[in-house]
Amino acid sequence: MITVEFLGPIQKPVLSMEASSLRDVADLLRQDDEMAQWIDSCAVAVNDTLVASLDTVLEDGDRVSLLPPVCGG
Amino acid sequence: MLELHDGALNVPEILTRWYAQESASNYGAYIPFVGTVRDEDGIEGLSFDVYEPILNSWFDAWVAKAEPLGAILKMAHSRGDVLVHESSYIAAVFSPKRRVALETIERFVEDFKASAPIWKYDLRGGERLYARERSTAIAGAGLLGRAQ
Repeated sequence: MITVEFLGPIQKPVLSMEASSLRDVADLLRQDDEMAQWIDSCAVAVNDTLVASLDTVLEDGDRVSLLPPVCGG
Repeated sequence: MLELHDGALNVPEILTRWYAQESASNYGAYIPFVGTVRDEDGIEGLSFDVYEPILNSWFDAWVAKAEPLGAILKMAHSRGDVLVHESSYIAAVFSPKRRVALETIERFVEDFKASAPIWKYDLRGGERLYARERSTAIAGAGLLGRAQ
């Protein structure tokens, strides 16, 4: 089981799901209407490290974070 | 050094403290950048969410980049609400000579705006509204949407 958390302005509770790679997370979230406005603009981190590949392997207990567009300062 | 503060920054205190910390460190240049909330479009202020784990690793990577240049970085940012004419952000570079500090402060602040995991909201009419049109997608964003 892994968890998916939604940071900043995405008003969505943490999800728990079975996933062996980030592709499984993408497959689920692409079917989620709430995520339609966010999915193309979010960066993705696994255990607080930004990742660039859908083939990123996920293991039990991993934490995936979605980071929408930022504006500090 | 990275500091997070609840609410507005006490700019004179922070700048003075940082100056004192490095006053005997033999740096010839101290260049701070202070970001202040402007009165525009009828906002009462801004509000910020900060995701600390990735902010810390982003900042640590910049400290490592500055070190071979002989420079050090300090940064302070607000969490929560910051009203008009208050300040939410200070970045500073100390270096032996001015050129490194001038160049580093520009690159550091621009990368901060593009990459640091901080989300800004307008405070307007008692609401907290995500400033989406002024926000920037982090490099590599959209990964999950490309999974066809």
